This record gives sequence, structure tokens and C-alpha cells, in this order.
Amino acid sequence: MKNKSSGDWRSTATLEVLELRARLLQQIRAFFSARGVLEVETPVLSSAAATDPALASFTTRYTGPRFPHGQTLYLHTSPEFPMKRLLAAGCDSIYQICKVFRDGESGQRHNPEFTLLEWYRVSFDQHRLMTETTELVMSLLAPILKLDPPERVTYREAFLRHADIDPHTATVADYTTVAKRHNIDFPKDLMTRNDTAAWRDLLLTHVIESKLGQGRLTFLYDYPASQASLARLQPGNPPVAARFELYLNGVELANGFHELSDAEEQRLRFDHQLHFRAADGMLGVPIDERLLSALEHGLPDCSGVALGLDRLVMVASGARTIEEVIAFPIDRA
Amino acid sequence: MATYSTNEFKAGLKVMLDGDPASIVENEFVKPGKGQAFNRVRIRNLKTGRTIERTFKSGESIEAADVVDVEMQYLYNDGQFWHFMNPQSYEQLAADKNAVGDNAKWMKEQDVCLLTLWNGVPLIVEPPNTVILKIVETDPGLKGDTSGGGGKPATLETGAVVRVPLFVQNGETIKVNTRTGEYLARA
Repeated sequence: MKNKSSGDWRSTATLEVLELRARLLQQIRAFFSARGVLEVETPVLSSAAATDPALASFTTRYTGPRFPHGQTLYLHTSPEFPMKRLLAAGCDSIYQICKVFRDGESGQRHNPEFTLLEWYRVSFDQHRLMTETTELVMSLLAPILKLDPPERVTYREAFLRHADIDPHTATVADYTTVAKRHNIDFPKDLMTRNDTAAWRDLLLTHVIESKLGQGRLTFLYDYPASQASLARLQPGNPPVAARFELYLNGVELANGFHELSDAEEQRLRFDHQLHFRAADGMLGVPIDERLLSALEHGLPDCSGVALGLDRLVMVASGARTIEEVIAFPIDRA
Repeated sequence: MATYSTNEFKAGLKVMLDGDPASIVENEFVKPGKGQAFNRVRIRNLKTGRTIERTFKSGESIEAADVVDVEMQYLYNDGQFWHFMNPQSYEQLAADKNAVGDNAKWMKEQDVCLLTLWNGVPLIVEPPNTVILKIVETDPGLKGDTSGGGGKPATLETGAVVRVPLFVQNGETIKVNTRTGEYLARA
């Protein structure tokens, strides 16, 4: 029971952490300024939304001049789509630091609104962007934490090493066996549904994540094609997605793609995700047609990455919960 | 049937787990940035006392358990059941051996105990954190063997045996911590 006089008007972060946060923001801006990467701002409110079934957008409504009868707007879950429109319109490499919003996400490492650093590098592939991500994160953390040299591990290697299973070929029955071996009492309907991506997420969060990035930056890359999200596919046996994630001390810090630029393929993925949402009883959302038009016009060859700034501050300050690094979490907002 | 969604999960929430009443000990929301969200829950079976870990898909719902805690006064034992009375409503309830378990040795008439009821039936009976009980049997010797940590065993009126300092004598009342079974002071 919350006591009204208990002082929940106060910040959950200490002054020291707020100062660290401010310092990191300055250093990030200096880093990109020195490299000629342009800082941009794009709308938080959008008439379209992310179709990814793993993302739930907040909705709000605008009524007034230009929309006298009202217009439903979605708070962005990341600034990805408008930033790609800027790239298609001729911008060279760009970055943005902004608040993003995801409904339904609150926990030790989640707050429904949080700060992303997102940047795009024209003509970079995923490995070159991993290198730059390392340079940025090491420049920020090296004065604070003692870290071993970074490593890059394919998604497959990580699953083989820590869970003894091949994520590209395993069946639901194989995942069930591994989950039982690790004493995971898993949701029953994971067994009945032929959704191997959900099984991989189960093993990733319950078995593998805690072993990633122990005292060093660990990049997981080459994701299964079904988890490509907005990354392009690389031919191979099997084909894999040019997607990477960065972990440090078991915490997922960043997610990057060699960006998909094929408008037709992008539309197919949106449609597929909307079907999945409908089948799962989730809210349908409008596809971002302006993004698709921009891709048709032509997106330069580029890679992009989004880094959770709150998580970075968590790792830098040794915080166990996200509340310790943000002034006012959702229950004090 | 009342249910709770994973969004309502928090420590202390009472739910049904595999047909048994259970209490959530710890709830953790985990989710890869672009993946399935789960709630990793540590949960204690109130019948067996065992704590296990279980994972739910976020958004799932599970059945609520009708479990409440009430303070009741212990009246008497009839050889099979322990009888309690609610001091406000005068309602009486009987708890069986499974509910009382080892705590029987601390139960003294008139003491107020905490009863956890499931569908109105006592599931767990907990004595007060400290109780005052009379020593019915202990070695009188002041210069007892000190090898056992400087104390001696004493049998209390409820049947419990605790270690007491050598100077404590038969017939005296003492204060005992029921959670640790340790002597605290003369009463």
C-alpha cells in the first residue's frame, strides 16, 4: 500500500546518477559531432505505427486545424521510420537521442518510456557498425569500468555454447527438451504453437543472456531469418539476418541492422506481421506508407543501431534496476 | 472464477498453481527488445511450503486463490484438531495437523495466532513471533556441563524443548522466539 506522505514525489535516481547521465549525453554528442554525424529530430507522434507483434504502441488523438474531425496518432516505439525517410531524402549519416514509448513494458530493465540513442551510417555494413558501436561504448565506459576486449559471437554459436542447441534447425520438441534440462517451467501453449522464435526468446532470456557480455562487450550477430525484423537477409545455408545485438554484463544494450532497403520485401514483412497480430488478437495498426514510398524512392546502403541509454547508465553505475537511473519511473510519473 | 493477469503479479499475490494455493514470492518481467515478453515468477506452494520457479507468457491469466490471513485466538486441542476463535466475530474454526505441523509445540491457549485460510479452511497456522511459556522440566544444577554452549535443555509446558542459560530454573516462565526456537529472556 502506497503511503501518500511517503515521499514518492522524489526522484528514484540519485544526483550522482543524474550527473553521470548528463555527462554521458554530452560525450555522445561530442563523439558524433567529431565524426560529422548530424543530430536530427523526428516526430514522436505518427499516423502510422510499428507492426512488430512484440511492440505495442500508445495511442493518442489530435483534433484541431488540419484535422478538424480528429486523427489517431501513435507514439513512436523507435524513431526508425522517419529517420530512414531522412536518409532516403538525401541526408548522410544521422543520429537522434529521444524518448520512445512502449505499452505493456515495465520491470527491472523496462520502463514504458525510455531514452534511445539511434544512429544510421551510410555505406556501413553490420560489422563496420559493430566496430563503431564498440568505439562509442568503450569511450564512454572505459574511464568507469574495467572491460576485457570485446567479442563477436554468432547467434548460432551462442546457442550452441550456452544451451547446446542449434537455433537454425531445432524443432519445438528439441527446444522443449533443452528447456526441461534447464529446469524451466515454461508456458504450456509454447508447446502447442509452432513458434520457434518464441522458444528462442525463452532460452535467450532464461539461459543465455546472463552469460553474455560478462565484463566485456559481446555482440550477437547473424540472427535467424524469422527474426530479421528490419534487417536485410544474407544468402547462405541457412540464410541469416544481418542483425546484431550488444550485451554487457547480461544486459541487452543495443540492436542493429544492415537495413532492409527493398520496398516490396518490407511491405511483405509488414503484411505478415499484421496477420500475426490479427491471429493473436492484437490491435491492428496502420502501415507506414510514407516509409514504403521512401524505400521505393531509394534508401542508401546503410546500417543503423538503437542503444538504450537508460540501460547504458545502469551498467555504467552498477544499478540493478532501471528505476535507479531515471528521475521518475512510470509509477511516479 | 476470479483470475489475475501477469500485469497484476506482485509479491504476496495468492494464486492457484496446479490445483494448490500458492503465493507469489518474486515476479520479474523479461523481454528481448524485439521478442516475446515473459514473466519469470518465484512462487511458493502454500500446502507444501516449497518454492518453485515458473515462467508465464506476459498477458496470460491464472486463477486467483481465495486465501486470506486472519488473526485468531487459540482455544484448545481436542486430540485431533486445534480450535480457534475470531475475537471479533466469535466465529470458530478447527485446524488439522497438516495446518499446524511443527508449530503445535508453541501453541498455548489464549495466544493469538495467524491463520492462513484457503476457501475458509485453515491452511497454515503460525504462532506469535514470541511466546511466554513455563518451564516444566530442566536440570537444576547451576554447574551443569558447559560443553553444549553454556546452556541446558528445558522442556516447556507446550512440549517444546529449548536451550536455556544455566541459571534458569524449573517453574519459571521464559520468552522464546518461535521462528528460531531460541530463548530470549526470563519473563
